[in-house]
Amino acid sequence: MKKIRCALIGSGNIGTDLIYKVMRSPVLEPVWMVGIDPESEGLLRAREMGLKTTHEGVDGLLPHVLDDGIQIAFDATSAYVHAENSRKLNALGVLMIDLTPAAIGPLCVPPVNLREHAEKLEMNVNMISCAGQATIPIVNAVSRIQTVEYAEIVASLASKSIGPGTRANLDEFTNTTSRAIEKIGGARKGKALAIINPAEPPMMMRNTIYCLTDDEPDRTRITESILQMIGEVQKYVPGYRLVNGPIFDRKKVSVFMEVAGLGDYLPTYAGNLDIMTAAATRTAEMFAEEILAGTIQLKAPEVA
Amino acid sequence: MSQSNSSSLKGRQVILHDMCLRDGMHAKREQISVEQMVKVATALDDAGVPYIQVTHGGGLGGNSLQHGFAPHSNEEYISAVAAKMKQAKVSVLLIPGLGTMRELHSAFDCGARSVHVATHCTEADTSPQHIAYARKLGMDTSGFLMMAHLNDAAGIARQGKLMESYGAQTVYVTDSAGYMLPEDVKARIGALREVLNPETEIGFHGHHNLGMGVANSIAAIEAGASRIDGSVAGLGAGAGNTPLEVFAAVCERMGIETGTDLFKLMDVAEDIIVPMMEHIVRVDRESLTLGYAGVYSTFLLHAKRASLQFGVPARDILVELGRKKMIGGQEDMIQDTAMTMAKERGISLPG
Repeated sequence: MKKIRCALIGSGNIGTDLIYKVMRSPVLEPVWMVGIDPESEGLLRAREMGLKTTHEGVDGLLPHVLDDGIQIAFDATSAYVHAENSRKLNALGVLMIDLTPAAIGPLCVPPVNLREHAEKLEMNVNMISCAGQATIPIVNAVSRIQTVEYAEIVASLASKSIGPGTRANLDEFTNTTSRAIEKIGGARKGKALAIINPAEPPMMMRNTIYCLTDDEPDRTRITESILQMIGEVQKYVPGYRLVNGPIFDRKKVSVFMEVAGLGDYLPTYAGNLDIMTAAATRTAEMFAEEILAGTIQLKAPEVA
Repeated sequence: MSQSNSSSLKGRQVILHDMCLRDGMHAKREQISVEQMVKVATALDDAGVPYIQVTHGGGLGGNSLQHGFAPHSNEEYISAVAAKMKQAKVSVLLIPGLGTMRELHSAFDCGARSVHVATHCTEADTSPQHIAYARKLGMDTSGFLMMAHLNDAAGIARQGKLMESYGAQTVYVTDSAGYMLPEDVKARIGALREVLNPETEIGFHGHHNLGMGVANSIAAIEAGASRIDGSVAGLGAGAGNTPLEVFAAVCERMGIETGTDLFKLMDVAEDIIVPMMEHIVRVDRESLTLGYAGVYSTFLLHAKRASLQFGVPARDILVELGRKKMIGGQEDMIQDTAMTMAKERGISLPG
């Protein structure tokens, strides 16, 4: 079966883990890996796995985009360079899946709103953050039953799973996630907290979701909605698991989750990597299926 | 008052930094009014305390379901206090991942002029943006390495050096669990002193869970620290911070110069702070457990609440949190751990 050919930009933790996820896809094929350091582990591994590589950034990829038929690119660099990467690749008709907190395109959480984006043929879709992917489905599961005045999420991440980009830009991480809790989660106000824990052996990614409903929460319906949503996420992240809750304290609903990864690039504790790369892959697959079925066609924007 | 003639620290100058109105918020479940803040800060200012920290217990961005909501915003507290200060500078706490640069800017606009930028003791590289931003605002900027017992002296030195490279003018060893003994303090501060530039100051922030707050602070000064955090009457998380009036008295005996008025500090403790306390902040069974097991002091009241809710003793919850190496900010894991323990013990969970 024909596959849609992809480029992976950024050879850090996320970019490297993406190789495995994309390679496993029935509709995607990883062809190029783009980095800036020829000795980076991500680029070495990509070469071993048969990908073409460049250490000259996106500019090293551009001359090959048309010849190699690249139609989808994943950007796992940083919020600061994403806009430029996206502009250059969109101009060649390549659809961008943005895994940085830049969020210049619409925000995507697959079980909540992926279908809408495919229908609108967006050329840049943003994956928010690992914390966003792990918690917004739950916020949405509550807000689709009852209006939510305020939602707050706490993401605890193993120190070893957090690369230098996220560390140096924690404000972008929390701001982008907070905004997405509102826009996609459906809470009127959102807040995100991140904690990086260095315990050895490393702790699994943990996420706690608190929602304050406007009215007394309907415990039965909310619990049912949350369990159903967890099932949806488990379709692409099998290690997404409810540990405790939901518990109800007046209008506060609390849910305690854990995410185990598949252990592709980093060990299973790095569920934060997996939920991000799996969600991005799921998103790319949805577009790829539409392209292969001929229902959408990617085009470079008209240049004025 | 007689001074010991043999004190090797005679003549050393130390800057005191009071934590009643920030760490003390933890001990008050974040419920201190603006009027109380102004009353305490004015008295501390009059007693000559040069720095007074004022925010939610979790610092900027602290108002949350995770950490509790204070009756007023950080901006309201800071503005009210800063307007009344004659000599003291108002400082704030900023923990990246919880607080943001936007909130720091807002605190600065309200009159804050000093900041503790705090990270866990191994994660200094989550603070470069915030430290640089504080310096750009012209604030007195400290890097604050929390739970410092969880990193060895060489590790603390490396982390402190990173914070200095981002622009921190002071690097703190922060004994958030009140776990350290004087030798632990000396080793870490000594290692920092060896690697930091001579103009970079070193601070120590103690908790009194093993009753070592004062002794540890003196050990810190011996090893090269020149800034000490404490709180009058020890109003702070766990068994409280280093009790500032007690520390000031010891300094006076040793000839260490703090520039504060001891009797005035004693009066603030007795007449203002102690009557404000909801529980007498002291070394009790649970706060001693924090110090003994090396657990974040702020977890104390959360664990007591989870104990009531889920029927697992607070001490058991705290020991388990220590075993799982939970760190500051993971207050959600207290409820989670209590629920998991209740299930394992066959206790049925409420609702």
